[in-house]
Order: sequence, then C-alpha cells, then structure tokens
Amino acid sequence: MKYLKYFLIGIFFGIVLVKSEVIYWFRIQEMFRFDSFHMYGVMATAIAVGASTVLLIRKFNLKSIDGSKINLTPKPFNKKGNILGGLIFGFGWALTGACPGPLYALIGSGFTVITISLISAVLGAFFYEMIKSRLPH
Amino acid sequence: MESILELIKSPWPWYIGGALIGLMVPLLLFFANKQFGISSTLSNICAACIPIKGKYQFDWKKGKWNMTIALGIVAGSYIAANFLRTDGFHIDISEDTIADLQLIGVHSSKELFAPTEIFSWESLFSFKGIIFIVLGGFLVGFGTRYAGGCTSGHAIMGLSLFNLGSLVAVIGFFVGGLIVTHLLLPYLIN
Repeated sequence: MKYLKYFLIGIFFGIVLVKSEVIYWFRIQEMFRFDSFHMYGVMATAIAVGASTVLLIRKFNLKSIDGSKINLTPKPFNKKGNILGGLIFGFGWALTGACPGPLYALIGSGFTVITISLISAVLGAFFYEMIKSRLPH
Repeated sequence: MESILELIKSPWPWYIGGALIGLMVPLLLFFANKQFGISSTLSNICAACIPIKGKYQFDWKKGKWNMTIALGIVAGSYIAANFLRTDGFHIDISEDTIADLQLIGVHSSKELFAPTEIFSWESLFSFKGIIFIVLGGFLVGFGTRYAGGCTSGHAIMGLSLFNLGSLVAVIGFFVGGLIVTHLLLPYLIN
C-alpha cells in the first residue's frame, strides 16, 4: 500500500509525458534547432510551477501531509561532474531524443525498441558507478 | 464527462503539458516528502540486477519508491498512447525541422515517436541503430549519473530550488545536445 501513491503518481506522469509530446524525437530535434517554442514553453511552465511550490513552502513553512518538514536541500554541486556529465547526457539526449522519464514512457507507448536504449542506459549508469572514483568531480 | 474525455484526447497546448509536468514537484513534496527525479532509477535497476560488491555497493531498496514511479510511467504512457489520443494523431512539428532533417536523410513521418529508419528492431544492428539506440542510451545513463541528475532532477526540481549546480548541468545538457545536433548528426545519419 505504501507504494500505491508512487504508482499513481507515476501513471499521472506517464500520461502527461505522452500528452505533452516531450517524448517525441522530433520535438527534441525542433528544440535543438530553435525551430519551435513548444519544448521551451513546456520546460518554462514546469519550472514556474515547481519554483512557485518551493517559494510557498519556504514562505509559509508548509509541511508535507504526514506533518514532517519538507526537505528542500539541493543536490551537491560538483563543478566538473555537472559540466562533463551534463555534456555527455546532452550528447545522448540529442541521439535518442529521450531523457530517462521518456525512455520509460516510450516503452509503455509501445515503441519497444527503446527497451534496448533503457538497458543501455542502465549499463551506462553501472559503468559510471564502477569508474566514478577515477573521474574528476 | 464525454466532453472532458474529448478535451484530454485533443492535443494539449504547451502550457498545459508544462504545468502538469511541474505538478510532479508539489505532488512528491507534499505527499511523500521526496524531491522529483527519475535518473536515479537507472542506478537502482543496475544495483538490483547486477550484484556490485565492495565500495561500489549501495542500497537500491531506498530507491524502491522511485522505481515504482518508473513502473507507473510505463502504465500511464500505455494508457495515454492507446486511449487518450485522437485517431490519426500527429504532432504539429515545425516545417523547418522537417526540411532540415530531410536534407540529412530523415524521411519518416511525424506520426511516429521517432524516425523508424533509425529507431526500429530492423535497424538495431546497423551503424545507425548502434549509434542512436545503443550508444545514445548508454550516454544518457552515464551522463545523468555523472551529472547527478537528468531533466527531471536538475532542469525541473533543481532549477525550482534555484540551485546553481543544476543550472550548470542544464547548460551542459543543452550544449551537448547542440553539438550533436548541429555538428555530428549529418555524418551519423548518412
């Protein structure tokens, strides 16, 4: 039962990923070619909703529904890791036209060959875990 | 009721899609006290499937909530793709992008998620298939873990927190994508 809410939130996100068209390779191409506002509009609106939430939580000291203090600690900043990892992710994003959420959504949509991309992404994550102590961060 | 379903089935303007994606932030913060992010599921799946010994070992069970969301995404996208779109739906993609892609040899249509001459089981073992499907996926997995997050965790959650590190990562995502799109794509497709 504890996980039901996560499953429902996931279903919601899966529907929204398909309907907002962000899982389309062509949309990602359009974005990197500056030919359409669609992806920029989607990202900007999403960040506006997220940032408003964070501001309201901070201003009114809002709690989560179980009464606990909401954790708003940002991710640590590893200068080299964020830059180099970011670039490598960008290379992959332009090739597959999908970031991790859309990889799952494409498979669910019936675009089954993307299963191979997902397995490959898991292996990429595995490779990172194996060599991370030797990488600049 | 009928008309609500029709509304959901019709194409969504960017601000509706964007606002609902952004809603993941309050949903997870208020109902679960978790920060939105998807890419950590990749590390969790690898830890759950491949036993990693010694200092690389980490507890994937802490990521069960996130992997449950990933399962939900698969179910939700199945529902949306099969029941929540109008017949003959195609995305309203820019004519400039279509023309540019045709110049470098991408001809398949915007009714599909991706060009099938690159993304299909038949092309998987061709040069294109290995670069776009296999290597592309690998770089996504490696890059997000190295950067510490993906479009969800850095671009949406991180920027919502005004986190400088996330901004740097997002600029990295974008520069990487521009390099591949404008400098490499013409050679990789032909």
